Amino acid sequence: MTRSLRPLLATTLIFLFAYMLAVSQQPAMLSTRVLGNFLTDNAFLGIAAVGMTFVILSGGIDLSVGAVIGFTTVLIAVLIMWLNLHPLIAFAVALIVATAFGAVMGAAIHYLRVPSFIVTLAGMFLARGGASVLSPDSIGIEHPFFTAVQKSYILLPGGGRLTVVGMIMLAVFAVAILLAHRTRFGSNVYALGGSETSAALMGVPVARTTITIYALSSFLAGLAGVVFSLYTSAGYSLNALGVELDAIAAVVIGGTLLTGGYGFVAGTFIGVMLQGLVQTYIVFDGTLSSWWTKIVVGVLLFMFIVLQRLVFRAGPRRT
Amino acid sequence: MTRPTVDLRPTTQPPMPRARPIASFFTRPQVIALAAVLLVNWLLFPGFFTITWQDGRFFGSLIDVLNRGAPVAILAIGMTMVIATKGVDLSVGAVMAISGATAATLVTSGVPAPVAVFAALGTGLLCGLWNGILVTVLEIQPIIATLVLMVAGRGLAQLITEGYIVTFSDPLLIFIGTGSFLGFPMPVVIAALLMILATLIVRRTALGLLIEAVGVNRSAARFAGLSAGALLLIVYTFAGFCAAISGLIVAGDIRGADANNAGLWLELDAILAVVIGGTSLMGGRFSIPMAVLGAMIIQAMNTGILISGFSPEFNLVVKSAVIIVILVLQSPISARLFRRLPGAQK
Repeated sequence: MTRSLRPLLATTLIFLFAYMLAVSQQPAMLSTRVLGNFLTDNAFLGIAAVGMTFVILSGGIDLSVGAVIGFTTVLIAVLIMWLNLHPLIAFAVALIVATAFGAVMGAAIHYLRVPSFIVTLAGMFLARGGASVLSPDSIGIEHPFFTAVQKSYILLPGGGRLTVVGMIMLAVFAVAILLAHRTRFGSNVYALGGSETSAALMGVPVARTTITIYALSSFLAGLAGVVFSLYTSAGYSLNALGVELDAIAAVVIGGTLLTGGYGFVAGTFIGVMLQGLVQTYIVFDGTLSSWWTKIVVGVLLFMFIVLQRLVFRAGPRRT
Repeated sequence: MTRPTVDLRPTTQPPMPRARPIASFFTRPQVIALAAVLLVNWLLFPGFFTITWQDGRFFGSLIDVLNRGAPVAILAIGMTMVIATKGVDLSVGAVMAISGATAATLVTSGVPAPVAVFAALGTGLLCGLWNGILVTVLEIQPIIATLVLMVAGRGLAQLITEGYIVTFSDPLLIFIGTGSFLGFPMPVVIAALLMILATLIVRRTALGLLIEAVGVNRSAARFAGLSAGALLLIVYTFAGFCAAISGLIVAGDIRGADANNAGLWLELDAILAVVIGGTSLMGGRFSIPMAVLGAMIIQAMNTGILISGFSPEFNLVVKSAVIIVILVLQSPISARLFRRLPGAQK
């Protein structure tokens, strides 16, 4: 494991620099309250981006995550409000459905030998369409369990709140880092991203790994949906529109190579935080319009892609 | 030591000979699919094929399918060439928003309409050129290179319109979106002209062959003496140009530029149209008329779903089913199955 840590280091430094720059403009941003809200507001994006990291590490792409989040919120709302199930049971059902959905996509990608791009595009249409067939309208969720979860948090020094939602995201990142760097599955994912043919020749179970990767991505998208429904107390088929793009952007900004085989889950965390920082700064400033977020994220994305090219050109050439 | 890498996967592209007799045109799966969709529409709505002449132009559901399908068809023309080079352009929807915003903002600030139209087309060319530079000079994967503009493009469009939906009453811009020529709606005329022109240019010159060569194997094409970079630049710039035309049509249709919703998710429809048209996402052989036909199949399904009274969201489910069917048909598994059938060649 002597992989170069340069891109991760660069991302971290840029985040710290950007944060200091933001603080120098808006001193109020330097507080645990803001940091706590960072975690809460970006929890669903962070969780989805972890799944995306694994997919991109393996050399694929998953366009369905936003749609799966939307579908999960609707499914949870339907199960709780129409069928009067307990939220925990609804969560379990939703996660199982999401995981199965991802597994089917993974199987299609492997056995039909088609680019992940087009399979997950079909998945995206299917999940969004399925969600709006379930219920075209937004369903509000009212349940004592939801209010209890939303009200519980750990008070950080300085008045910040670490909510349950934020804690779930941190836990997901911790588990994912172990999964990527300390397990056989993780090594298989990296091997697959390096070269599928060599991975297969080395004895990596390509079929099983591919299916697991997409199942994991959809499971995490489902979990992001659970978090989203806890965060907004509603299920709506158009929830989390375009989150797949934010997730891809977070992964790239986090230093993961889009060609696969190289990257860090921890980098994705910084990528998510950097996007959150841009959003928070624009809210703090008050004079900038919200569309600046998109432009800044686009510029960041561009900067990091160019940076990656430069770093990898400067380094020894891999063939 | 570098060795040429070989793609070990079997190629699954069905052979697509150039000059086929007209009879075999009707046995192509795309044509049969379109006929089937239209037939279902006709069963649902008996007046589907009725076309009336009124106020100097045709009216009818069929014309409506053509008209509504034109923006995606135009996108698909540019997208076909990009996909033939083994690339993809995700930014076309955002470029549509930028082009519409440019035209609308210029016109409302008193610039003559033709200048505004050329400016909008120019921004489209610039956006395409930007994508092309990212792909060729910086050698970024197309899907990611165009993702940058897809994310930032809508922000740029909103920057141009300053966050408002800019409405206009300029006759030229409205004519592009809703006017008619020889009885046909303007979008249909533009799409048809562009399709014929593009097809002639790629098929009557070597350009189409060169594009396919780059798509099949870029390094081999370069070693054979092709300037792959210049070709890719042209292709991406052309895709941006097509997106700008689509953006003008959509803006003219609603008499305003909506930076948030103009062309939203149309890039996916365009890619789907190209795939339905039989162009493989792995690059190589392509067909522009088939991609336009693909766009029409998508639109005919949309119209059918609307006529039959399902919610428009149901469309997405049907689209995904179509993608799945195509994927299964193109997969090696089904190729193996077909090979076992008696009478199947090779």
